[in-house]
Amino acid sequence: MKLSGAEILLRALELEGVDRIFGYPGGAVLDIYDRLPFCSIKHYLTRHEQGAAHAADGYARVTGKVGVCFATSGPGATNLVTGLATAQIDSVPIVAFTGNVPTFMIGNDAFQEVNTVGITRPITKHNFLVKDVKDLADTVKKAFHIARTGRPGVVLVDLPKDVTRELEDFFEEEYKAPIQIRSYKPVLKGHPGQIKRAAKAIASAERPVLYIGGGVVSSGASELVVKMAEVANIPMVATLMGLSAVPGNHPFFFGMLGMHGTYAANMAVTECDLLIAIGARFDDRVTGKLSEFAPNAKVIHIDIDSAEIGKNKAVDIPIVGDAKLVMEELLPEVEKQVAKNRELYAHRESWIRQVKRWAERYPLWYEPSDRVIKPQFVIQKIWEVTKGEAIITTDVGQHQMWVAQYYKFRFPRQLVTSGGLGTMGFGVPAAIGAKVGRPDKTVFCVSGDGSFQMNMQEIVTAVQYGIAIKVAIINNGFLGMVRQWQGIFYDRNYSQSSLDVQPDFVRLVEAMGGVGLRAERPQDVEKVLKEAMAINDRPVVIDFVVDREEDVLPMVPPGGAIKDMILPDYGRKVEKKAV
Amino acid sequence: MEKSRYRKHVISVLVENQPGALARIIELFSSRGYNIESLNVGHTEDPTISRITMVAKGDEHTIEQIVKQLRRIIDVFKVRDLTDKKKLDRELLIVRVNVESAEKKEEVKRLVDIFGAQIVDVSHDTYTVELTGDEEQIDAFLELIKPLGIREMARTGRVAMVRALQGDTFGGERV
Ligand SMILES: Cc1ncc(C[n+]2csc(CCOP(=O)(O)OP(=O)(O)O)c2C)c(N)n1
Repeated sequence: MKLSGAEILLRALELEGVDRIFGYPGGAVLDIYDRLPFCSIKHYLTRHEQGAAHAADGYARVTGKVGVCFATSGPGATNLVTGLATAQIDSVPIVAFTGNVPTFMIGNDAFQEVNTVGITRPITKHNFLVKDVKDLADTVKKAFHIARTGRPGVVLVDLPKDVTRELEDFFEEEYKAPIQIRSYKPVLKGHPGQIKRAAKAIASAERPVLYIGGGVVSSGASELVVKMAEVANIPMVATLMGLSAVPGNHPFFFGMLGMHGTYAANMAVTECDLLIAIGARFDDRVTGKLSEFAPNAKVIHIDIDSAEIGKNKAVDIPIVGDAKLVMEELLPEVEKQVAKNRELYAHRESWIRQVKRWAERYPLWYEPSDRVIKPQFVIQKIWEVTKGEAIITTDVGQHQMWVAQYYKFRFPRQLVTSGGLGTMGFGVPAAIGAKVGRPDKTVFCVSGDGSFQMNMQEIVTAVQYGIAIKVAIINNGFLGMVRQWQGIFYDRNYSQSSLDVQPDFVRLVEAMGGVGLRAERPQDVEKVLKEAMAINDRPVVIDFVVDREEDVLPMVPPGGAIKDMILPDYGRKVEKKAV
Repeated sequence: MEKSRYRKHVISVLVENQPGALARIIELFSSRGYNIESLNVGHTEDPTISRITMVAKGDEHTIEQIVKQLRRIIDVFKVRDLTDKKKLDRELLIVRVNVESAEKKEEVKRLVDIFGAQIVDVSHDTYTVELTGDEEQIDAFLELIKPLGIREMARTGRVAMVRALQGDTFGGERV
């Protein structure tokens, strides 16, 4: 039977298992929107295309499925760019569909035309311009396949308007057949020889460390990684993207490493003799000065993307493959080695003890107050009130780092944050997508007063669909992270970082149809959080008025070695370290 | 990364014959600041597959990165660094030189003979010469012809293929 391009697209999406999409209409996609009410897919109208991309991203991160967003041509497509770049750098599977002018007008500078495939080429895993309705179904199929296999990523499909109008046959059975892309064959299984070598190295190391990245979360390797740590007595540290991969309260877990990592994590990496990196990409915010990152360690690097291996740091044992599949082979090998070498446990114990001593001596710490709300205190209270079980989305800045430090995550996919791009404005729309994907979970967006103002219009989206997200604004009246850098590196010249004129967030949110709450004193924090937890039919935003000049510590100055941290004062009334 | 020497690498890439594919490859270079010395595209015996030969200068680490990044591109089938392989390696030169005098005409004809080149176009005061050879031959020819006065020239950059019986061709395993 002949279907229009629009109908083929929607039917193909249904066959891909898509039931939720986020988007914003316009002339070039009207044929698709015209058919939308007649299919089984629920569409969420965001208030900005950036919101649609971030929502699809949040949805994908919490469900592990492919997120889908729609936008029209020209400004619709360009508004997606930040959202697509955010997802791509964090390896989140998304398929984005954009409309375009009809094929015969492409390249004519027609109304609302941009070269979408050209603009998005550097920020996608792959993209397509469909020039003929005959290629449409095949392209959609390829797009999903590419987005979700190998290293997951963003695929964009640009659809000229005439392609969505024209009629063509669509055969469901044909669509469901397995797909082959002759030039695309991701390597999933690790090389057996390399796995054996890795197991030997793990068995013979004295001071190994597991360095866990986002790839552990996305491949579902969490349990295997924890098991390996337990079997072979190995301390674990995680990147920002790797948080939630392993339980935050695990006795072998020592928190995040890197620029705002814990003392114990950074010292463990500095002192280790074997670094086992899994699904991590040695980002500069993690490594600091490269020559002093794990300077005396052999390095094992497990990653699905061979281009990440050896990119920043020389690797002794590279293993290309899916983290879960590799761990399935590696763990039994390690178990065998451990059984052979019973002393392994014994000689590693002193190493674990050493790392524990670091953690006890230099814990995460801030100076408590009963006069002014400390931001870290808010995070701790959110953790308590949600029993550590909420999905947390964040924006970017100090609050994001405090979440990473103080919220102890319990299960994978619980933290949704823009790691690689650091996109302010991510938190609220990502929370919407996360709540759509996991309606059974409390979804809390921790934001800053600056970040919240970047996409706060999406609160209206949440109101429209009764999406009961909770937003905590850590309101310090500053672009806090910028202020912190200016404080430490620019002699407290707070140029353009104070937000002196602010909306009244409570009234603003009320005007949008949500619930607005405020806390100004430490003793109010728990009360408003409980109030927020009781609201289940619409978004709640809490304005936490916090200490204006609190810094995120520890901190490694950019370009410095990660062992050289600026530490908190631990209550000793000494002058703050002047840097 | 250890410091290693800079040298020219010849990289051969088999890619889907599609416009987006070449754009992605070129973008890879521009966005990462890699320098391409030459780049050559044409289709293979299979018209849906193009062969790109590129020459890039860099240390071993940079070249390894280039190769890995190329492999990431969805439309790319195969990438090989042919630098240390036994290969057939050719470039085409077209050059128009001044030949206002009889001596100059003789000189060009002599060089054309020695190098196995061809005169492919003639005007009253110029000869246009075509030469195929490896890079060194072409450089040497240009060196000798330069004093006569080069009016205009174009060179293609290298195309390369592994020699047969090296067990290292792309054949067969591409799809
Ligand atoms: C879109 C975007 N623009 C600029 C930045 C640079 N930047 C990083 S953190 C930050 C300040 C964030 O302030 P706020 O949201 O109030 O959070 P806080 O640091 O105070 O917790 C800025 C401007 C960014 N990350 N993203």
